[in-house]
Amino acid sequence: MHRFLVKLSSSSSPFSNQLRSLKNQRLILPLLPSSKPFTSSSVSPPPSPLNASNRFGYPYSADLFRNLSPLNPNSRILGVNGITSSRCISSEAVRESIEYDVLIVGAGPAGLSAAIRLKQLSQEKNIDLSVCVVEKGAEVGGHIISGNVFEPLALDELLPHWRQEHAPIEIPASSDKFWFLTKDRAFSLPSPFDNKGNYVISLSQLVRWLGGKAEELGTEIYPGFSASEVLFDASDKVVGIATKDMGISKDGSKKENFQPGVDIKGRVTLFAEGCRGSLSERIIKKYKLREEVNAQHQTYALGIKEVWEIDESKHNPGEVIHTLGWPLDPKTYGGSFLYHMNDRQVALGLVVALNYHNPFLNPYEEFQKLKHHPAIKGILEGGTVLQYGARTLNEGGFQSIPYPVFPGGAIIGCSAGFLNVPKIKGTHTAMKSGMLAAEAAFGALHEGLNMNTYWDNLRDSWVWKELYAARNYRPAFEYGLLPGLAISAMEHYVLKGKVPFTLKHGKADHEATDLARKWTPIVYPKPDGVLSFDVPTSLYRSNTNHDHDQPSHLRLRDPKIPEKVNFPEYAAPESRYCPARVYEYIEDEEGKPKLQINAQNCLHCKACDIKDPKQNIEWTVPEGGGGPAYSLM
Amino acid sequence: MPFLFDESSSPSFRSRNQNCLLLHLFCCSRPMKILVAVKRVVDYAVKIRVKPDKTGVETQNVKMSMNPFCEIALEEALRIKEAGFAKEVIAVSIGPSQCVDTLRTGLAMGADRGIHVETNSIFLPLTIAKILKSLADVENPGLIFLGKQAIDDDCNQTGQMVAALLGWPQATFASKVVLDKDKNVATVDREVDGGLETLNVDLPAVITTDLRLNQPRYASLPNIMKAKSKPIKKMTVQDLKVDIKSDIEILEVTEPPKRKSGVMVSSVDELIDKLKNEAHVV
Repeated sequence: MHRFLVKLSSSSSPFSNQLRSLKNQRLILPLLPSSKPFTSSSVSPPPSPLNASNRFGYPYSADLFRNLSPLNPNSRILGVNGITSSRCISSEAVRESIEYDVLIVGAGPAGLSAAIRLKQLSQEKNIDLSVCVVEKGAEVGGHIISGNVFEPLALDELLPHWRQEHAPIEIPASSDKFWFLTKDRAFSLPSPFDNKGNYVISLSQLVRWLGGKAEELGTEIYPGFSASEVLFDASDKVVGIATKDMGISKDGSKKENFQPGVDIKGRVTLFAEGCRGSLSERIIKKYKLREEVNAQHQTYALGIKEVWEIDESKHNPGEVIHTLGWPLDPKTYGGSFLYHMNDRQVALGLVVALNYHNPFLNPYEEFQKLKHHPAIKGILEGGTVLQYGARTLNEGGFQSIPYPVFPGGAIIGCSAGFLNVPKIKGTHTAMKSGMLAAEAAFGALHEGLNMNTYWDNLRDSWVWKELYAARNYRPAFEYGLLPGLAISAMEHYVLKGKVPFTLKHGKADHEATDLARKWTPIVYPKPDGVLSFDVPTSLYRSNTNHDHDQPSHLRLRDPKIPEKVNFPEYAAPESRYCPARVYEYIEDEEGKPKLQINAQNCLHCKACDIKDPKQNIEWTVPEGGGGPAYSLM
Repeated sequence: MPFLFDESSSPSFRSRNQNCLLLHLFCCSRPMKILVAVKRVVDYAVKIRVKPDKTGVETQNVKMSMNPFCEIALEEALRIKEAGFAKEVIAVSIGPSQCVDTLRTGLAMGADRGIHVETNSIFLPLTIAKILKSLADVENPGLIFLGKQAIDDDCNQTGQMVAALLGWPQATFASKVVLDKDKNVATVDREVDGGLETLNVDLPAVITTDLRLNQPRYASLPNIMKAKSKPIKKMTVQDLKVDIKSDIEILEVTEPPKRKSGVMVSSVDELIDKLKNEAHVV
């Protein structure tokens, strides 16, 4: 736990300053004679990928099996199992195993709603059910970031008395403004949104409250534990997860505070990791869950957000503003939001679809530009930034929903992808999916039913209706901004999704990036330190940190690709789309560019996992407890 | 060393062998407890800001954790217990109800029980020291471990004050602690400005821990589960009969003034002129 010798962004190369100033001018460095191979990356080769499918059960041996008396009626702790590990890290592999009826990975809206619903059913039917939620953030709510204008539909079903129970849902949306921005002006358009009955909230605060409710009902929630592997039994059924070993140093050796991870097993395992969940993605690939229902690939956007404390005179609690247009060009889908919360706080953010073509696009810098727009500047002037953060979100909608049930469990929330894109709301559908999965799990455990009832009930629910009606908005923008707007207007006022066809998504986000030679670098203005800031300053406001002495959690499937492909062909897009400056190219001793991964800065947004052109970057979980510490987001 | 000599001072126990035997007996029958004070502070990675009313730093909706130096102190106490020199490690925290979370973390690391002195007031080091002294009078520990300072106030006073109030020896800024159970002495390497100083302190003593003493362990999931059933005793300041009136009152908390950008000077004369007439430092 020695975390004092921390540098938020470390670059030790003597040429880094030169390079950085060059980078700021956004030139492609002509450093590479095409014939010479590059020196290998500074990133230490990742330990062999922890291939979950190698774990086929646990050989018991009598001398390793110890009986521990049950300490808590809700958790049945089994003895220590001997496991032959396929990992190169923990060779003595004596891991404890803990069993629950239901294991939920991720303490977000979906995961906690599932936990609460399970405990409610357990109380109603008087059947004891042990429920465990593991969360990689240091606190429940610490990794939660969202706009957020909250539609209480699912919460009304889950906890009908939330109004009397001090839920942090206090500011009703009072107005819906919609602006089309050009560089200097803002044109008011009729708002496609209707947020009457909705509330402007901090989702991080709401999730903390939900966590409290779940614990009151008897759920065991363990923040600070990242699920790094899925556990399978001999029949390839998911039986749980393994938490990540803690206390492993950068070179892979064990530090003095090494703590092996623990196997947490569930008779049903629900994955609620949020958008592009690392284990959920593996599950979807392994069981071919998209192919099973002919779903398209998921498409994503990157949202970058700040919470500001502004002047009292400019604050108008409940005001909801969305913008389109500037600073994004007509070919890049995205827009911004500005929501007035309570306590003089406003939530401000820019969402950029990740299927943009220009490899020089830097969503973070676009966001900084946005803040200088006269209409936005006017609101922010005189205020201070309280927090900063970023996260990807799903835009695939109906077309991209995979079959969410697999042997041993199900996927809920944004890990499956239930965000309603035209409404830009996913919290209510995530919560409802969690509730439906909980009901299916309860049925599967105690009533002899199948988890497939989750899928059936999902399709019978308002989630399905809503997503079906909203399915053609986003794909329409494949034809461009104006056609997209036109089709959206038609959908909104006339068609409402009642057409016999379903538009398809275009290329996958990582395939949409164009070659750098077709585009010119974008010169972004320098931050002024008042409205716009550089990445390290913003990053400091996310309270993100990881123990620096651990292997990088960002794995390169092929360590040569960054210097071979990303840098020369795409001008290193990861150094531009990452909102935390994790990826930096610095000059090595021979003057050649080398990728440096500042894993410590990571905001867990997953943009790199999505947007890397060769899908070479795999986002895996770092040691539990690391990452941002959002409280107002 | 109150627990050793109060019964052995009669002449019939003066032979050395018999003293040693008695020491062992006493050690076994009156096993050493270690008291560790842990403070709940704003997490070190969080960007802090001053409250608009300037009464302090904003702690609402801010991530709080155990003070890093307190973690080191607790780790050292646990290692001493695991080496067989102590039978019990007690974690103490003084503060609002959420201090229980900090204590639970301490229990999950391995402390045997916790004491929570509940208060919503902000106490300065002398008051904390008085509270810890009353607790030490009740618990009779052989060692009190504290972090050298808290990262919120950086006072670096509490450990020293506790030792003074108790009349016990102190070894602060410890970077290495070695116990000699037979002689009832701790040999402590201290990190001081000039380097390392090694002290022998007779037990009971107060030791405050510095960064390089150890690397605290992670609380494992099974230990976190076990910690739920470990007892935390709740007490109030009145129970301990401590006078909490402080002689110090915090008037105002403000951010440090923003650093002005540097200025390039063209000559030494200009530098001296600026140092004299603008910065007023020569």
